[in-house]
Amino acid sequence: MITKRIIPCLDVRNGRVVKGVNFEGVQDVSDPVQLARHYSDEGADELVFYDITASFEGRKLFTDVLRAVAEQIFIPLTVGGGINTVEDFDRVLKCGADKVSVNSGAIRNPDLIPDAAVKYGSQCVVLSADVKRVDGQFHVFSQGGRIDTGMDALEWIRHSVELGAGEVVLNSIDTDGVKRGFDLEMLNAVTEIVDVPVIASGGAGCIQDFVTLFRQAPGVDAGLAASIFHFGEVSIRDLKQKLTENGINIRRI
Amino acid sequence: MIAIVDYGVGNLFSLQSSLHSLGLDAVVTADPKAIRNADRVILPGVGAFGDAIDKLRSSGLEEIVLEQAVSGKPLMGICLGMQLLFEKGYEFGEHDGLGLLRGSVVPMQGNIPDGLKIPQMGWNALIPKRAHPLLKNVKEGDCVYFVHSFYATGCEDSLVAATEYGKELTALVARDNVMGCQFHPEKSGPVGLSILKAFAEMRS
Repeated sequence: MITKRIIPCLDVRNGRVVKGVNFEGVQDVSDPVQLARHYSDEGADELVFYDITASFEGRKLFTDVLRAVAEQIFIPLTVGGGINTVEDFDRVLKCGADKVSVNSGAIRNPDLIPDAAVKYGSQCVVLSADVKRVDGQFHVFSQGGRIDTGMDALEWIRHSVELGAGEVVLNSIDTDGVKRGFDLEMLNAVTEIVDVPVIASGGAGCIQDFVTLFRQAPGVDAGLAASIFHFGEVSIRDLKQKLTENGINIRRI
Repeated sequence: MIAIVDYGVGNLFSLQSSLHSLGLDAVVTADPKAIRNADRVILPGVGAFGDAIDKLRSSGLEEIVLEQAVSGKPLMGICLGMQLLFEKGYEFGEHDGLGLLRGSVVPMQGNIPDGLKIPQMGWNALIPKRAHPLLKNVKEGDCVYFVHSFYATGCEDSLVAATEYGKELTALVARDNVMGCQFHPEKSGPVGLSILKAFAEMRS
């Protein structure tokens, strides 16, 4: 059977990885290529790169980094951040990205998801949704989780999948940074209404959180995290070992 | 030299990079002469069957690829490129494939149990069906990366490995010098690279 995926996410600003402490065998943890190789060797099933620069020069550095990673690391690469047009898809796909995630760009431009899906295929288009509870309802937030769009998140996700998004990254603002586990309620609500892969993001604090995720939200395909991997709190090798011990089907290295 | 046939479908950057990382000479080309001069050929592909076979035909490269297969040169199709090797494809209608392998390509929809996501997207284990040089470094339980909504069927004579997704689906095929992977070896980590390396080492 298809395996559950573990996905580290790397924030890149001006060509360097933001955050990160020391890893054994990694001399420069802000070098995206070194860090990508480290994660890949440890058993990461996919890597997500978020471009958090806004300047033209930053974008150029980002695509240089992406190309360097894609030349050396042979697992699927997803790119997000600053994707507003089909030309942005083209720019990162040419540098070796396999999938492209859209967030605020898709909210601003309703044609972005369908246009990109027609041109590159749905498997290439990932909807990244930042979602938070407002008065007991799930709302979509934009601009890095700062602005409440007022849109119902379940409607937005269902609609985006109908338009051609082939995968959903669900980032719960409510659990993000809290490190007390993924937002199982929100995840289960989403996996019930879409039939594309759903990636859980926001809330991982320890290995047990991933075990709980795959047990209690069985429709979820992958767990994504950033800081617990970057700060060395959880190693992907240990995590996968624990998941195997708990009977969860993962790719072994 | 490995020629990666460029007929205008998909992004070939990773595939070429993966071959380079193995120290292999690889060129992305639409030039018949370069393809004829190569000692092995890869037929890549993403997208829809009909659109891809039309592009291969209208570019005149179908003939060149068939000529290479007949010459006995190792030829590997990847993903949709593998699907094109078969006789027929049933994606948005019925289309003739290259007919190098017996079998046809059919949708998962309606042919695998309900409740499974389509496309199959992610890492799944290879289930070897017979010994083959491409599998020489592949161990039981090794996973490779799949992204597909269609699969090859009726190809028992060429089947080398399957994968389990509601039922066993064709993952790796080979008959003489013609081979194909449904998965993406260039995105399948060390296991995928070992398969590409084995392809490069096959006698041409």
